[in-house]
Amino acid sequence: MRLYGTFNGTLVIAGLAIIFTLIAPSVFQFFTIITLTQVIGLSILALSLALVWGFGGILCFGQSAFFGIGAYAYSVAAVNIGGSTGSIFIAILAAAIFAAILGYFIFYGKVSDVYLAVITLTVSLILYSLMRRTSGPEYKIGKALLGGFNGTGSPPLNMPGDGSAMLFPMQTFYVSMAILIIAYVFTGWLVTTKFGRVCVSIRENEVRTELLGYDTRLYKLCLFSISSGIAGLGGVLFCVGVTRVTPDVFSLGQSALAIIWVIVGGRMTLIGPILATFVLYFLTSSLGSQQIFNANLVLGIILVVFVLIVPNGVVPTIMNWFERRRAKRYARQKERRMKLRKHRAIG
Amino acid sequence: MDLFFSLALQILYGIANLALISLGLAIVFGMMRVINLAHGEFIMLGGYTVVVATNNGVNLWFAMLILAPLVVGLIGLIVERCLIQWLYGRMIDTLLATWGLSLLFIGIITSIFGASTSTVVSPPLGTVTIGEYTSSGYELFLIFVVIVLLALVYLTLKFTSLGLVARATMQNSDMSACLGISTSKIYMVTFSLGAAVSGLAGGLLAPITGVLPNIGVIYIAKAFITVISGGSAILAGTTSASVLLGGVNGIMSYITGPTFGEVALLFTAIILLRLMPTGITGRFFRKSQ
Repeated sequence: MRLYGTFNGTLVIAGLAIIFTLIAPSVFQFFTIITLTQVIGLSILALSLALVWGFGGILCFGQSAFFGIGAYAYSVAAVNIGGSTGSIFIAILAAAIFAAILGYFIFYGKVSDVYLAVITLTVSLILYSLMRRTSGPEYKIGKALLGGFNGTGSPPLNMPGDGSAMLFPMQTFYVSMAILIIAYVFTGWLVTTKFGRVCVSIRENEVRTELLGYDTRLYKLCLFSISSGIAGLGGVLFCVGVTRVTPDVFSLGQSALAIIWVIVGGRMTLIGPILATFVLYFLTSSLGSQQIFNANLVLGIILVVFVLIVPNGVVPTIMNWFERRRAKRYARQKERRMKLRKHRAIG
Repeated sequence: MDLFFSLALQILYGIANLALISLGLAIVFGMMRVINLAHGEFIMLGGYTVVVATNNGVNLWFAMLILAPLVVGLIGLIVERCLIQWLYGRMIDTLLATWGLSLLFIGIITSIFGASTSTVVSPPLGTVTIGEYTSSGYELFLIFVVIVLLALVYLTLKFTSLGLVARATMQNSDMSACLGISTSKIYMVTFSLGAAVSGLAGGLLAPITGVLPNIGVIYIAKAFITVISGGSAILAGTTSASVLLGGVNGIMSYITGPTFGEVALLFTAIILLRLMPTGITGRFFRKSQ
């Protein structure tokens, strides 16, 4: 199995995604397009987790903390500034800076990976209970009320430089897809750079990487911040899609979903988690309309089954299967050629 | 002076509460190095056991102190045999699998009882007056229970043959296996006991908090932070971390209101882990259990 992907593959998939963007409005209903904007936000969350976990080996259980911080930062900034373009960057920065501070304590304290998982999860849960309590009128940042349990409204995206020119849902969909593709190509590129390869080697063997002279703490901290910034970007698109952000973005369920997408899609790939997000989202939302199977129940079973039976995820399993088939066919051809050569030699 | 006593009692109760919800997790983590993310759901199941039992006419005390740990301990036994035992040594897979389990439990309970609060049993003890302040008698009872529980765990670990074997397994499982101890059986018993303690905690807290399918979330963050800050020693770790974090939480809650109490708790824990990555008992009280 390859340890890191190639950039060409990333570009091919990005091309397919552009084709999907162009034909989606004529295939899907208008309502589905609006839902898709939310799912794109969630899939960017999955992408960020795939980057930090799959390529850096940093198991961040509370990735939704940065997702939520991005969403809240965008909403608060957009209400105060009155435009969305700058607010998006503020959201990315807020998530990345928060991650950098938290990451400093975690990575420079040499906290082991399991503790890291639990600490990040706890941070997310504490943010959850903190934001739920901000319901009074005294909890506000500038003009934006935090709103406690009901959350706060998220202004829609608008044209850069013109705060009053809101984008229509269809345009928002195009912008979101563009952001997803850019984020995907960026992460795909990042893992092929020297920085990305050092991160992969930290995942494979941290001590050896350290002995080769790399400051693994710094690399992990950088990767953690970058991925959190991407998660924050996902949060922006999600809250724009839903038009509001509630403390539920920090909930245990949200963190669990991100993990499930990455596990199901395959943690060593970047496209797997994105695809898994789309598939599982529409699966669970169709389950949500009936009563017999609770969505939590189904997600729980999926998670247990995948950990026990398909720990690599769907996409790598399929890729391995194809690769093995190709290898077998190649071996058969080679055998045939050898036989032929032997016949000639005898003849 | 009365204010001081009342506040001290409140903080003591916060500490006891923290110790109660983390002890089950600490037993499982300290003995088996397994982080059980379904811990909050074990507590939740303990609460539901009490509610169902009392609705069917069982005595409340019997339901809380006997039935809840028994039922949840049994569930723990089943979980260990069906799931956890295949994942020993694979810490991250255990984390993920128990997380799936936690979602599964929430899903099952929601399907059976619905997503709303089930009948809340009222706290069975009256109030205690300190000068002009009053305090709930039930909270005093909980503090007492926690002290008894910690003493029981200590005595079991120190003076029974099960405790001896368990401590040996905890220190070096391979060597214990060579000496003829069935470590798999020890793990099974430990996990069930941990689950039973969580069930007891859930049963005891049910009259205060009521029960909801996703109530585990309220406990799980605090329980994890306490256990990880405490380190691997079960008793000394849980106690010291509960005292420190519960104290910080109580004092901050008194000064600023409950909103920032938990944030202060988390902040203390993160700084603590920066200074002592293996928890308090990784640095101090190393010889303790």
